[in-house]
Amino acid sequence: MSSVRTAPRSPSRAHPRPRRLGPGDRLFLTVVVGIPLIALLVFVWLPALASIGLSFTSWDGIGLSGIHWVGLDNYHQILTNYPPFWPAVQHNVIWLLFTALLPAPFGVFLAYQLDRKIRFTRIYQTAIFMPMVLSLAVVGFMWEIIYNPDNGLLNGVIGAVSSGHHIDWLGDPDLNLWAVLVASGWRHAGYIMILYLAGLKGFDPALKEAAALDGANGRQTFLRVVLPAMKPVNIIVLVVTVMESLRAFDIVYVLGGGTGSKPGMELLSLLITDNIIGESSHIGYGSALAVILLLVSLAAIGAFLFQTFRKEDQ
Amino acid sequence: MTLQSRTPGTPAGPHRRRVVQGLFGVGAGALAMPALAACGGGAASDPKTVTFGSNGADATPKKAYAAVTDAFEKDSKLTVKTNTVDHDTFQKSISTYLQGTPDDVFTWFAGYRMQYFAKKGLAGPIDDVWETIGAGYSDAAKQLSKGEDGKYYFVPLYNYPWAVFYRKSVFQQYGYEIPVTWSQFTALAKRMKKDGLSPIASGYGGGDIWSILGAFDYLNLRANGYDFHMSLMRGQVSWTDKRTARTIDLWRELTPYYQKGAGGRSWQDAAQSLLDKKSGMAIIGLFLGQQVTDESLRSDIDFFPFPEIDPAYGQDTVEAPTDGFMLSRKPKNPDAARTFLEFLGGAKAENLYMGVDPSNVAVNSAADTGSYNALQKKSAELIAGAKHITQFGDRDSDPGFISTVVEPGFTEWLNHPDDGSALLKKIESQRSRFFTA
Repeated sequence: MSSVRTAPRSPSRAHPRPRRLGPGDRLFLTVVVGIPLIALLVFVWLPALASIGLSFTSWDGIGLSGIHWVGLDNYHQILTNYPPFWPAVQHNVIWLLFTALLPAPFGVFLAYQLDRKIRFTRIYQTAIFMPMVLSLAVVGFMWEIIYNPDNGLLNGVIGAVSSGHHIDWLGDPDLNLWAVLVASGWRHAGYIMILYLAGLKGFDPALKEAAALDGANGRQTFLRVVLPAMKPVNIIVLVVTVMESLRAFDIVYVLGGGTGSKPGMELLSLLITDNIIGESSHIGYGSALAVILLLVSLAAIGAFLFQTFRKEDQ
Repeated sequence: MTLQSRTPGTPAGPHRRRVVQGLFGVGAGALAMPALAACGGGAASDPKTVTFGSNGADATPKKAYAAVTDAFEKDSKLTVKTNTVDHDTFQKSISTYLQGTPDDVFTWFAGYRMQYFAKKGLAGPIDDVWETIGAGYSDAAKQLSKGEDGKYYFVPLYNYPWAVFYRKSVFQQYGYEIPVTWSQFTALAKRMKKDGLSPIASGYGGGDIWSILGAFDYLNLRANGYDFHMSLMRGQVSWTDKRTARTIDLWRELTPYYQKGAGGRSWQDAAQSLLDKKSGMAIIGLFLGQQVTDESLRSDIDFFPFPEIDPAYGQDTVEAPTDGFMLSRKPKNPDAARTFLEFLGGAKAENLYMGVDPSNVAVNSAADTGSYNALQKKSAELIAGAKHITQFGDRDSDPGFISTVVEPGFTEWLNHPDDGSALLKKIESQRSRFFTA
């Protein structure tokens, strides 16, 4: 109760009129808050809401008069009668599991090793981080050359060992997703490594020494001491991995030839562009797909953040 | 998002401009004048300039178009402002481009793709241009240039045939003969396989997935005829029709002879394997010639029309995609644009173009064919002798339907060629989505 009573009085004494702002301050605040707010509304919320609105319509993108309300028809079509949809969902899930289980932990492993001040650590760091620096178009080209069925590096090596084998890495629908995942994992591991390495640099070595004094071996030190202490970085790594998996698009697009989804490599993001970009566009249909991806992303990120912060509050 | 980037260019445009004009108001009247003028359909724009949107961004077509426009400028005393855009980008953004402020005249393709934009009112009819240039064109070419409403919308420049290409020296070496019927064709493929060749060069990896349509189109045209093929392409017939199933059956007979690993190979690499004598034949267009770097090799390349399957249809149809020009819906300078189109449709423009880019065949019958190489001559004869001309799968049909439904379906099927009933059912289930409007 006392706080209620004293609250209005104390500020007026300590700092005279802290709430009143001069006209210059107001203008400054309006500009500083207003411009980002408008930018956020115009570039994020308006398109998102427009997408949601358009997802209930059918529109070929020519003339606003061509927009017809179709209700939930697009969603019904997508869920029941759109052959690439469920494979795309499946591929997105595979992408997420693969990235979370292999390249991400591998990146953490690399970071941990490099942090132990081994020789040439700078060179290793640079080399492993290099793929992240390259433009994705370049990464795509490199892997295209590696996977080329006739004169690619991979088939060359395999052919040298046992001739007659001819593996169509990017063409075979049972194989191409994994081929792309390797390329994407190659890039992702370096990214995670640098994130984790930055975290490890700020790690208090005293904790490790204490663990060593208590007789913990290297594995125990890492699992019981380092990993729990690195919680903020772990969260970043997880969020980055989930986001990268859901929005995976560019490398598949490049390795797929830049024409949209290919059998075996369908992803939700690609299906959206399939329907929206091009000569005959189905903007309503594509928007419905975009809304589905939005919901999935919100669910994944939302659930994760909710979990994390609830635990922290306790 | 893409979605947002589309809307500002569309009918919202005039409103936005009106707002801007209102803002400028009286005080800045002078400033707003140019904007006003631009709004009024461009009547006041420079009467001596015509704008030209070109998708010929590669070195050869760019030079060829420049030669054409230079000659036109000299002839007519008008100025052509060429706006060149990368071929694929031009194609992908065409509907935004046509709704925004397109150039007066732009490059485009004949067939459904042209008729679609004509139907949507995004292109201007040019019957008056055809009164001048009509004499130079065959009936088949005239047919290709009309929209569904019977008006002309298109001026053709060149086309190129699809056929079965081979190397003469390979056929000589093994003693092969040109197959005329389906059974001869499959027998030949079988023999080639025995001789250690990949019978049919194939590469539809990356962005080259369209290249598989050539075989499908020809199989369907030969087995079921032109009328059925066109109805199928325009979404008027069910894809689960018995006749389509037969086409797939025929295709399955061919699949064992396809070059292995095709799904990851580019068409250029496939063409190269034909030139390197590793493959025996290739179902491809005349643009194969672009792959030839050694000129002495060019004379060794030849082609034969896709073999006959049903004698009722014989080899009466040739697939010959045609490129040309269209007029945008509200040209800023309609008179000059028409003069330009008349020039483009004349024999002189064709000669100038072919002089720089010889990998095609002129459509105008008055064009000079004296400088043609052997392949061009043979191509021109093949096209001239055709009863029907088709444009190619993705030009005769809704491009979205072909690229998002048919092509992925075919590629998947080619990996495990079965009776195709699942494939056709899948395609059929999507047909209504593209062909109801």
